[in-house]
Amino acid sequence: MGLVTPNPGTIFWMIIIFGIVLFILRKFAWKPILNALKDREESIANALNSADLARKEVEGLKADNEKIIAEARREKDVILKEAKEIKEKIIAEAKEKAGAETQKSIEQARQQIQSEKTAAINDIKKQVAELSVIIAEKVIKKELGNKGEQEKMVDGLIDEIKLN
Amino acid sequence: MWTLDKLDKTMLKTAKIFWIFLALSVISSVPTLAQHAEEHSAHAEESHGEGSHEEESFNAGEFVIEHVSDAHDWHIVSFGDIHISIPLPIIVYSKNPELHDGKSFYVFMSSKFHHGHEDYKGFRLSQTEENKGKIVELDEHGLEAGKPTDISITKTVAGILVSVVILIWVLLAVASSAKKNKGKAPSGLQNALEPIIVFIRDEVAKPAIGEKKYEKFMPFLLTVFFFILINNFMGLIPIPPFGANVTGNIAVTMVLALFTFAITTISGNKHYWKEIYNPDVPWWLKFPLPLMPIVELSGVITKPFVLMVRLFANMMAGHMIVTVFVSLIFIFASLFNAGVGLAASPISVAFSVFILMLDVLVSFIQAYVFTLLSALYFGMATADHH
Repeated sequence: MGLVTPNPGTIFWMIIIFGIVLFILRKFAWKPILNALKDREESIANALNSADLARKEVEGLKADNEKIIAEARREKDVILKEAKEIKEKIIAEAKEKAGAETQKSIEQARQQIQSEKTAAINDIKKQVAELSVIIAEKVIKKELGNKGEQEKMVDGLIDEIKLN
Repeated sequence: MWTLDKLDKTMLKTAKIFWIFLALSVISSVPTLAQHAEEHSAHAEESHGEGSHEEESFNAGEFVIEHVSDAHDWHIVSFGDIHISIPLPIIVYSKNPELHDGKSFYVFMSSKFHHGHEDYKGFRLSQTEENKGKIVELDEHGLEAGKPTDISITKTVAGILVSVVILIWVLLAVASSAKKNKGKAPSGLQNALEPIIVFIRDEVAKPAIGEKKYEKFMPFLLTVFFFILINNFMGLIPIPPFGANVTGNIAVTMVLALFTFAITTISGNKHYWKEIYNPDVPWWLKFPLPLMPIVELSGVITKPFVLMVRLFANMMAGHMIVTVFVSLIFIFASLFNAGVGLAASPISVAFSVFILMLDVLVSFIQAYVFTLLSALYFGMATADHH
């Protein structure tokens, strides 16, 4: 049947025409169109990318800021804490020192008192001894006022020596 | 009320289109019928002197085939015996110059044949069953002696030329606006075509061929797609310079398929040919009888063949069905009377419109399918071994 038999003349023209069309379109139409498409897609992709980057950068900056602030806060806390500790330490030290000083002065006072006391006692002892000697002298003077008494006593003393 | 009003308007519009279409089809077809009838009667009188009953009969098959086949002139309209058509150049080369005033190469317009009623320089527009509508050579006795080499600009070739001119014009305009709008938003026609181009690139070429190699095949795929699409659409418009059945012509689809075949074969890599001549199958399928290689090799031929037939058959069928539905009117008219034919006309026109709508869809689908399958074949030819 004629419809399904390809006509050689049509084939001939079709090859020529389609070949030329393919060549022309490839060179003057598809290349610029596809290039333009690609360029546009690339530029859009680039724009999106750079926007993304910028956003990320801003986010990074924000995060950095926050980090710095947090750091500063922490440092402040640390400093405050240290200051408090130092204060407490100083107070404690001062207290301790004061205590020690007091103790020392008390001790000193005690020692002084002790030595004073000893000195006083010694003084009293000496005076008592002197007094007793004086008293003894007076007593002896009174006792040995008469001769008999003196001889009796001498005899007593000699007896004692004999026994030895 | 509003909806009713709107409905009324739509119906009115539809009805208008309906009747315009009807009038057009009647105008363009009735004379053809008359012509057929006239030919028939003349023929009948010559041969057996009778056949007045044939005068009224309508040969639907002939009518349909005539509308979908190639011709040497571009018929516009006929009124009775007056045929208005665009004559097309006839280019013939004869091996027997002695039959044609000693010259073997002839270029002349088809109007010289007066619609097949006259011979010219020993050539004739054949009216016989076998060579109907073809150019034949005549011997000394005025009998058909054979066919010369015929590279005439037929209706199909003229249709191709028209479509190609439009295609190049449109695409060059798009290209120039693409150059002008570099890096900017598209505008105008560029806006309309870019989605299609992007579709072919991203949905057809890239998945079928692969991200790395698709670029090489893009010009062919796009050209084929737009060529088929524009010719499918132009074939649906029944007024010259459109309406030539280009993509429903097997020579055209054959050349398109041959291009696909040639590109596949040229770009086929080692792996592709290895899979054909030495596929990965058990050895006894290859030796001593190379069963699989034969199957694979036939596949190489079958693929473009199927491409050719699919596009041809789809478009041809679409055109045929539309004409068949239109000719239903005249079948009824010749079977019964003109009144019945007129009564049947709304139905057949409605069906024609429906089929035309379907053909619009088919136009897209066929252009897409041809492009997609071509891309798949290219993809197969360039696939890496894995």
